[in-house]
Amino acid sequence: MLIGTKFKGVDFYNTDDLLTDDEKMVRDTIREWVDEKVIPIIEKHYMEGTFPMHLIPEMAELGIFGATLPEKYGCANLNNVAYGLIMQELERGDSGIRSFASVQSALVMYPIYEFGSEEQKNYWLPKLARGEKIGCFGLTEPDFGSNPGGLRTKAEYKNGGFVLNGTKMWITNGTIADVAVVWAKLDGVIRGFLVEKGTPGFEAPEMKGKHSLRASVTSELVFQDCWIPEENILPKAVGLKAALMCLTQARYGIAWGAVGAAMACYETALEYAKTRIQFDKPIASFQLVQEKLVYMLTEITKAQLLCIQLGRLKDQGKANYVQVSLAKRNNVYHALEIARLARDILGANGILNEYPVMRHMNNLESVKTYEGTHDIHTLIIGEYITGFSAFT
Amino acid sequence: MKVAVCVNRVPDTETKVKIGADGKTIDKTGVNYILNPYDEFAVEEALRVKEKFGGEVIVISLGGSENVEVIRKALAMGADKGILLKDDSQRDTFSIAKALAEVLKEISPDITFFGKQSIDYDDQAMPSLVGELLGIPSITVVVKLEINEDGTVIAEREIEGGREKVRGKLPIIIGAQRGLNEPRYPSLKGIMAAKSKPVEEREAPKFENKTEVIEMLLPPPKKPGRILGTDASAVPELVRLLREEAKVI
Repeated sequence: MLIGTKFKGVDFYNTDDLLTDDEKMVRDTIREWVDEKVIPIIEKHYMEGTFPMHLIPEMAELGIFGATLPEKYGCANLNNVAYGLIMQELERGDSGIRSFASVQSALVMYPIYEFGSEEQKNYWLPKLARGEKIGCFGLTEPDFGSNPGGLRTKAEYKNGGFVLNGTKMWITNGTIADVAVVWAKLDGVIRGFLVEKGTPGFEAPEMKGKHSLRASVTSELVFQDCWIPEENILPKAVGLKAALMCLTQARYGIAWGAVGAAMACYETALEYAKTRIQFDKPIASFQLVQEKLVYMLTEITKAQLLCIQLGRLKDQGKANYVQVSLAKRNNVYHALEIARLARDILGANGILNEYPVMRHMNNLESVKTYEGTHDIHTLIIGEYITGFSAFT
Repeated sequence: MKVAVCVNRVPDTETKVKIGADGKTIDKTGVNYILNPYDEFAVEEALRVKEKFGGEVIVISLGGSENVEVIRKALAMGADKGILLKDDSQRDTFSIAKALAEVLKEISPDITFFGKQSIDYDDQAMPSLVGELLGIPSITVVVKLEINEDGTVIAEREIEGGREKVRGKLPIIIGAQRGLNEPRYPSLKGIMAAKSKPVEEREAPKFENKTEVIEMLLPPPKKPGRILGTDASAVPELVRLLREEAKVI
């Protein structure tokens, strides 16, 4: 697929037949938007290390943010399959665009909706849905990634509010966020708090020097005697479980997103292989190239089926976090392998920004280890099936 | 203001067309269908008229039950209700125009939009034909539209090498050309809302075809290019061929 041409989708097992007409219309709408608005500009932003801020109002207008939440908060009330298809198409554009939407929807709007007071919901959700306010999610710390339960950020009750002290790291959207959902220990118990931009004692410097997710803002959040009013605590966000519930939402979106990135790489590699001539014939006619393409198609097809069934289970309230872990782990792992193989097939051309594969590959390196590393998801599933925890 | 838009379901612009076994229709296997691109401009303009003057937008499509897809898309963009004129038979432009005119006469919209052409059969005849059949003005290939409170309509249409400004009066038919507007994407909320908007299904009024497709033909395969040389020495010959053979300079 050359830049700017229209994406037709990869659907070897007629998975479209498993989707309703409105799910397909949602997917096709976002697909068209990504083709017209994201793909033509994304390489430039990636090279320059900037997030395309001008896309935020457009994403809001489409209704992408908090798309599964109820209409009364200004949201579209979509089911989880339709939401997943949105994530798939956004990540076909770039993991950074999908990350932005994931964070806003699954890690900011979801916790406010799930754990917030009615006042917090009424105030924040419509603004976040309209993209007037941007959110970020602060759980990970410099010394606590896979082991978030050990986090050191502290909240203390003081003067009718809370004082926060600590540092968060690897926070998507941090520097551009108007509100941060921050997880800190209050009397030893993990709680969720809302911290607004500009609160004294709160800084969110951008982290530079990334080789991955370059079209995405990644930040530190620094709290130094940062006082917030009492009403900024999320009343129902108690314990690590609350934070992990948010991650389950985000991981679900990532499982779909990975399929989008994989599709972009497969399409590119397939087109390239059919037209690139070596030894007087297209390289697609060589067995080793065919084997790579077949692997790609096989894994995309399996990942699609995992996602659709996981989405259906989620819509019925039957999906558990372990099933989400399995899909995230599998789909991202294979998406990264597909990106690497696509890079192989394209040879030297694969490293150029004329093609999307190296960008997707570098992005997926992050996606593989964020929101629970590949290995941690292995242990989550391992614990579930054996009854033995291998974490410690 | 009562606004109607007539829309068509056509093969995606990137379809590689194959002729079917009967030699008269295209092979539909694997073909992806979309809302006719020019109809998107028509729907968008219809919505803008409604947003400015109030009223409702009615979407009409003639074809098989699958045409409801393009009606739903227009509803997701913001139209209010749809009418599917069901007919699976092969119709020519005239019998479609007759059927649409009959239904439009009954609805009697103040303004009716069409795409200036459908990208399947490319007749470019529908807006003018329906206008004639209804005995009302039609302006097509419109790139700019202005509707005044007194019911006068000023439309700019594309003509060879420029534009012309045309005046008409409501009720009127407008054929939308690329450039008239930038069609909106259906919003996700719009897609959800479209599910509960009414789509009335009725049998398309029957009229006889005046013409019949006898055969479909694919364009002849492109001839391979000619390489005259790889350095400056080939230029004189290239210039000669461009002048004498291709006649482009």
